[in-house]
Amino acid sequence: MPELGRAALLIALGLCAYAAVAGTAAALQRRRRLAQSAQNALVAAFAATAVAAAVLVVALLRNDFSFVYVAQTTSRELATGYTLSAFWGGQEGSLLLWLLVLTGYGTLAVRLNRSWIPDLVVWAVPIFAVVAGFFAFLVVGVASPFETQPAPLDGAGMTPSLQNPYMLAHPPLLYLGYVGLTVPWAFAMAALISGHTDERWIVATRRWTLLAWTCLGIGQLLGAHWAYVEVGWGGYFAWDPVENAALMPWLAATAFLHSVMIQEKRGMMKVWNVLLVILAFELSLFGTFLTRSGVVNSIHSFTQSSIGPWFLFMICVTVAASLALVMWRLPLLRSPTRLESPISREAAFLYNNLLLLAICLAVLWGVLYPLVSEAVRGEAIVVGRSYYDFFLRAFGLPLLLLIGIGPLIAWRRASLRSLLTTFRWPTSIAVATGALLLVLGFGDSWAGLLTYSFSAFVLTTVAIEFARGTSARRSLGGGSWPRSFASLLGRNRRRYGGYVVHAAVVLLAIGIAGSSAFDSVAEARLKRGDSMRIEDYTLTYRSLDERQTANATEIRATLGVERDGKDLGSLKAGKNAYSVEQQVSNEVGIRSDRFTLEDLFVIAEQVDPDGTVYFRVFVKPLVNLIWFAGLVFVLGAVIAMWPDAREQRQQALRARELGLPATP
Amino acid sequence: VTVALVLAVALAVGVVVVVAWPFLREPEPVSDELVEPTPEAQRRLELAEDRDRALSALKELEFDHRTRKITDEDYRAQVGPLRREASAALRALDEGRDVRPTGEPEG
Repeated sequence: MPELGRAALLIALGLCAYAAVAGTAAALQRRRRLAQSAQNALVAAFAATAVAAAVLVVALLRNDFSFVYVAQTTSRELATGYTLSAFWGGQEGSLLLWLLVLTGYGTLAVRLNRSWIPDLVVWAVPIFAVVAGFFAFLVVGVASPFETQPAPLDGAGMTPSLQNPYMLAHPPLLYLGYVGLTVPWAFAMAALISGHTDERWIVATRRWTLLAWTCLGIGQLLGAHWAYVEVGWGGYFAWDPVENAALMPWLAATAFLHSVMIQEKRGMMKVWNVLLVILAFELSLFGTFLTRSGVVNSIHSFTQSSIGPWFLFMICVTVAASLALVMWRLPLLRSPTRLESPISREAAFLYNNLLLLAICLAVLWGVLYPLVSEAVRGEAIVVGRSYYDFFLRAFGLPLLLLIGIGPLIAWRRASLRSLLTTFRWPTSIAVATGALLLVLGFGDSWAGLLTYSFSAFVLTTVAIEFARGTSARRSLGGGSWPRSFASLLGRNRRRYGGYVVHAAVVLLAIGIAGSSAFDSVAEARLKRGDSMRIEDYTLTYRSLDERQTANATEIRATLGVERDGKDLGSLKAGKNAYSVEQQVSNEVGIRSDRFTLEDLFVIAEQVDPDGTVYFRVFVKPLVNLIWFAGLVFVLGAVIAMWPDAREQRQQALRARELGLPATP
Repeated sequence: VTVALVLAVALAVGVVVVVAWPFLREPEPVSDELVEPTPEAQRRLELAEDRDRALSALKELEFDHRTRKITDEDYRAQVGPLRREASAALRALDEGRDVRPTGEPEG
């Protein structure tokens, strides 16, 4: 059924074009039925894209190799789950997924908001349609997933490293994040075009931004775990351009989520917030460009393709249009409120924003520099880990500390006496932690020591905020401690959800510091029966086994593991040789200690015909905190996203009072 | 004629109906004008936001004081101006005028 897929995409393209033109005409001429028709066109574009997506899914499940895309990304031996994941495993399918998610998000955002902000929705529709139309054009005219050929007997298969359960969730989550950043951008642009730059666009898109940010964050963490268990080099984040591509919009969105609070509380930074929304959206487009254009060499990127110039064109057009709108509406965005003191909550948010942006721009330059260098000087220069590590320490450590400082300072201004009171406990605990760790011999890495000390500061702050807040609620409303705690969370979900996210960031920082600043590595070539030592562990190479699975030959070396003379069982590490794909992958062995949270990580680097194996072994302290941080992050994000009945009542009251349409 | 072609035509017809539906449902509407806030309503909305912001700042200050984030002296120094700000915002909304300094742009 490739004809149906092609027709559905062509229809989707036509619908996007109609929604863009009719939506703009309706907004300019204030024509209600035409505006509704444009909205319906966006909904219909989603339906048509869903039909195209269904055609591709059926083709994948039926191993229909007459589809070039199916033949290039799957094989008959591939497990069904991975066959389905081929939908986003290749260039054309992933662009189709982009379009599907974008039209779905656009439809939902428009439907949920059209009754209470019709003046913004009427402009948001053509804006969504333009972006969706761009992706529809790509899958229709440049990179169609419905190209056909005489069917070969079998497909080329899937890259072995992609044959991992994480690939079922990691890319779709990243897409949900990337595409989700279109929603705040579309509504911000709608607010600028309509001249209605009040806070309604922020209220309408707040949860969308949080959802996109959460998906992007979790998607990256799953990607990091995939790299850790599957790629087999001993780490989880390599500052690869495509990894950076997902990190940059997440950093920009993090800055926006913080600075938007200053606008809500003080009516300040309207221009800055719009610029951050534009930056987050453009970086999401740039990330997609990096992954798909073939301009960078990365394990994650797709092959060289012709879509790069189109993406650059789209980025240039949307940047120019967005900035032109900001310049046009600058008088509306200026705020009469000024920063009252450099020592205030809003100032702390501002510093936080500057540091986040500094990291983001440092990463962006690290990605761009090799490309610029190659274009200008003809030689590609690789920006190494030390570059990123330097900026992560220079900006990341102060940022970590600011996570703890911000909540301790009052809005508007704080006196020295207030600061001495609020900083007393967190500072004491941070200093005590640092001193204790120094005594225990953790002084080898000053960055690691500072990370642990700052983390202690932040965790104390979070604990104090919850304890004092609960106590205040109890004294105000009476009742038990758990009830007061629940009331505290319920009355300000975003703030306390945010504190839980802060705790997650601290766990992440501790995990990263522990596993990178205090890790150990040992290498040895072992014959059967030989042993090697690393830290307190002794590893003995016992046997080498080979077995044939549906699509690969698996070779596994078994190692006996002892710690301080105590038998901890065995560990397997080896390689998979994929026959169809003609590729070999490392299959690492990992033993996690649930009490110390450290991992013993074994790579069988080289397996010789005589059974000798060259092993590389790591001990990574606290690395499991990184994955645990993901769970805490999701918990905090869910608390922050959960609908706030009090806020909704206040919005409804305001709308009724002013005779405006009611909030949903 | 293939099944794919029939389905594609059905899809095309379906989307045309969906897109044309507002005109099919209301061929001759009483009014075809979009409902949008008037400039006056827009201005009052921004004043209401100012008022809610001022009231929220007062609540925040009370809470910060209760959780000992600010001292009694700081509380006393800040609560007066904040109350005056909230009162001015309430008055401005009631009177339908802007309390922001003259010459400053709105927003």
